[in-house]
Amino acid sequence: MSEGHSTYTPKTGIERWFDARMPLPRLIYDSFVAYPVPRNLNYMWTFGGILSIMLASQILTGIVLAMHYTSDTNLAFDSVEKIMRDVNSGWLLRYLHSNGASFFFVAVYIHIFRGLFYGSYKAPRELLWILGCIIYLLMMATGFMGYVLPWGQMSFWGATVITGFFSAIPLVGNWIQQLLLGGFAVDDPTLNRFFALHYLLPFMIAGVVVLHIWALHVVGQSNPTGIEVKSKTDTVAFTPYATIKDAFGMIVFLFFFAYFVFYLPNYLGHPDNYTVANPLKTPAHIVPEWYFLPFYAILRAITFNIGPINSKLGGVLCMFGAIAMLFLVPWLDTSKVRSAVYRPWYKLFFWLFVADAVLLGWLGSQPAEGGGLLTLLIGEFTGNYVGYAQAATLFYFAFFLVIMPVLGLIETPRRLPNSITEAVLEKNKGGSGHPAGATAAPETKG
Amino acid sequence: MKKILTSLALLGLVVAGTAAIAAEEEHNPAAPTHFPINEPKEMSWSFAGPFGTYDKAQLQRGLKVYKEVCSACHSMNLVAFRTLEGLGYSEAQIKTLAAGYTIHDGPNDAGDMFDRPGKPSDHFPAPFPNEQAAASANGGAAPPDMSLLAKARGVERGFPRFIFDIFTQYAQGGPDYIHSLLTGYDQTPPAGMVIPEGTHYNPYFLSGVSLKMPKPLSDGQVTYDDGAPQTVDQYARDVSAFLMFAAEPHLEDRKKTGFRVMVFLLLFGALVYMTKRRVWADVAH
Repeated sequence: MSEGHSTYTPKTGIERWFDARMPLPRLIYDSFVAYPVPRNLNYMWTFGGILSIMLASQILTGIVLAMHYTSDTNLAFDSVEKIMRDVNSGWLLRYLHSNGASFFFVAVYIHIFRGLFYGSYKAPRELLWILGCIIYLLMMATGFMGYVLPWGQMSFWGATVITGFFSAIPLVGNWIQQLLLGGFAVDDPTLNRFFALHYLLPFMIAGVVVLHIWALHVVGQSNPTGIEVKSKTDTVAFTPYATIKDAFGMIVFLFFFAYFVFYLPNYLGHPDNYTVANPLKTPAHIVPEWYFLPFYAILRAITFNIGPINSKLGGVLCMFGAIAMLFLVPWLDTSKVRSAVYRPWYKLFFWLFVADAVLLGWLGSQPAEGGGLLTLLIGEFTGNYVGYAQAATLFYFAFFLVIMPVLGLIETPRRLPNSITEAVLEKNKGGSGHPAGATAAPETKG
Repeated sequence: MKKILTSLALLGLVVAGTAAIAAEEEHNPAAPTHFPINEPKEMSWSFAGPFGTYDKAQLQRGLKVYKEVCSACHSMNLVAFRTLEGLGYSEAQIKTLAAGYTIHDGPNDAGDMFDRPGKPSDHFPAPFPNEQAAASANGGAAPPDMSLLAKARGVERGFPRFIFDIFTQYAQGGPDYIHSLLTGYDQTPPAGMVIPEGTHYNPYFLSGVSLKMPKPLSDGQVTYDDGAPQTVDQYARDVSAFLMFAAEPHLEDRKKTGFRVMVFLLLFGALVYMTKRRVWADVAH
């Protein structure tokens, strides 16, 4: 952790010169060389590094794409096709960028689920977690606006549907919607401001990433046991230990990324987006990008009015509420034990929550048909997507608002090891007589 | 790791169960609720898979079908003649091919519009001056531009096939769909089905029971000079492959580059992994 004792000693004249004026080499040395990391981190901890290279890759490919892109409703679609056909390696840049967005979200979802599994959000890491949630929100805004830029059918209708959410807000809703659109419908002003914002937001993300890393370096990394670092034997130096492990994690991730870019570049997209936007022709099913599908399912699950709240506003509130839950997690979890490794019940519910999120994602891609939860209970199983979505939404919120707070109070955790070093040594003793707490799987990797 | 796998398997079962229940829908052949009625037939394409390449002879035949049949109604605005080098034509052949088209250009120095023979840098001229003209000449529905048709059409694969598609690298939904549609005419609709006036029944059509386009191809309609069978099925295969090329002219380049990238990442990954083992050898973790 950051004890504040810098071990950096400038060796060359230039280093001494800098160190006396602006100690940048010292900052780099302390942050990325000598920085102590827990020795028991598994590969789930490589996703922070993976996310930073994805951000860098998105910004680099994005800047070059912007050099060839035209944000005019009459030209946008053809300008993207010009990139695909005539710009040198344009097809590669564009496929890297569009699939890069998807893999950015793959990585961020693994990163978030890792945090939920190992209790990484607990004191003193609440602020670190919230900064991460802000990055996630900014990513969603950036991803959504980026999907509008190629000006295909899904771009246009996705933008129409999503900006339409805001009109559900009482009093100021229509004003916000018109401000977003720059008019009364998705048109040229919308495309231009989305392009401007799509170029701006990644740099805001980069800014919040700096704060995220700063906060991380103050409180130090959590680890699979959830026990704080107690002595020097609990840690290893960032370089070479974490650097080489992160590098390997990155290469494996890039392998999957490259597989999609080169062999399945349109797998994660929608065919309709290769048809130019047509305001007079609504596609049969308007579906957002896959990374929004769970929230889209929650939005459409609210098909009923609750008092003064109509179903549209209710859906929007639930959708934003689903994201807001993440911000509250540090205070919703009442358990004193961080890691799910030592919490058998939480671990079970965590995996059910993962399954629930995947199910919601699938439901978000299906048409909003069926009688709903009540008819599901009396046996309407066939094609009752709304019913399943309502059940899954109920579990989603119950996980945060009921299971997390209650479980922390009633669950008996397994025996915790005294230190990270003890946990590591217990585990390495081998198969005989599984020591309690060191048996659970994910932390044995790496 | 084992726990993760068991959890994933469990998760898969939950999703599979729901999907199976959802798939079991009531069936009335005269009033289908989901389109297409029939799923596209999966054909074998030379450009499928990690080492796929275009069959140049097939693309040339496909171009012939486009020129002699499709282009009467369908534009292909995004494709330049020079792109056809990918079909194996020489520069001189493309010049001749382009010169066969008349391009409306201008204004010239006198301010007049004029017609001139096409150049390799020109794009295929559209059969109608604008969308309205195209729609009014075709019973109210403008024939779609064909430049991206092979990527703009695709039937949803559904669970669990969309999972398998990742491993089989299935990315031929567009050409499969076009081939099935073109060979899917001449079928008798189920008794009681209402086919709107001026449309043609085709159980492979993506968004309804019938479409405005009449059966475009018939046996022997286009003369091939390379001995390939002159059948509707062959025409449909060839033009579908050509449309895939029109939509994705850099496909071969992409797959070739991809293979090099994958080999590099494998080797580099192996080296980094061995280095990692060495670095961590002295630390229990």
